[in-house]
Amino acid sequence: MLDRSLVARRDRPLGAAPTSNDRARVAPAPAGVRLSLRVRGAEGLSSLGLGLAINRMSAEGERFSARLGPDEWLLGAGEAELETLEGEIAAALGDRFRSVVDVSHRNVAVEIAGPDAASALNAGCPLDLSDAAFPAGSATRTLLGKAEIVLLRPTAEPLYRVECWRSFATYVHGFLVEAARTA
Amino acid sequence: MLLIDCPFCGTRPETEFRCGGEAHIARPTDPSALDDGAWAEHLFVRSNPRGLHAERWIHAHGCGRWFNAVRDTYTDRFVETYKAGEQPSHPIDDARA
Ligand SMILES: [Zn+2]
Repeated sequence: MLDRSLVARRDRPLGAAPTSNDRARVAPAPAGVRLSLRVRGAEGLSSLGLGLAINRMSAEGERFSARLGPDEWLLGAGEAELETLEGEIAAALGDRFRSVVDVSHRNVAVEIAGPDAASALNAGCPLDLSDAAFPAGSATRTLLGKAEIVLLRPTAEPLYRVECWRSFATYVHGFLVEAARTA
Repeated sequence: MLLIDCPFCGTRPETEFRCGGEAHIARPTDPSALDDGAWAEHLFVRSNPRGLHAERWIHAHGCGRWFNAVRDTYTDRFVETYKAGEQPSHPIDDARA
């Protein structure tokens, strides 16, 4: 468990104001807990989304689990849930060798929603984001312009969550605002 | 855009990948036993065929995994991709003359 005195307050580099555009609305997401989990041979387990196929995610409220590779998951939770989540990982994986890294400060999320959200993302993301190729529950690491992002689509709604590294956040946010304006 | 079939993620855009050079190059088991010429051969000399070529690729901006691909250096077509540690189903020595 982390020493509470070591947990620094998280600033929000993008502020909180959404950019209003009825067809593609860009809004910085609230700060939250993110853990990068690496573990091998855990696909048979059902909790924490460990049983997901590669590039699939599950979400409930602020909690999400996205399987980004054969042995890699990105776990998200509300700001106060770090120790709950760590406890659930310990309960699910027992003595199994694993790596859990708290990347909550590293990651910043921006949400983009609306009927033109996918085409705005496609201004810088080369993936096919059609419903057939990127349906509800899709999640993957990819590119947006010059930045690496994790793109999450929790539900069938045209709402995408873009997770990027903090130092890229102003670039990613600016890119999306610009793309939404012209989508 | 060139599409590459990641063995883990499926068909994805080329910009998410990086090439790591020729595949299936065995590191000498006892490098200190080699003379400079043989060591330089291992480090620097590659087959560079005109035709089918087995290469290492990484899905750097995706699942982050290394895998192998057989690519035709003449047409730039990817013939097949397969996981690291596996062998290609295409014979890679039938390169064009
Ligand atoms: Zn991949």
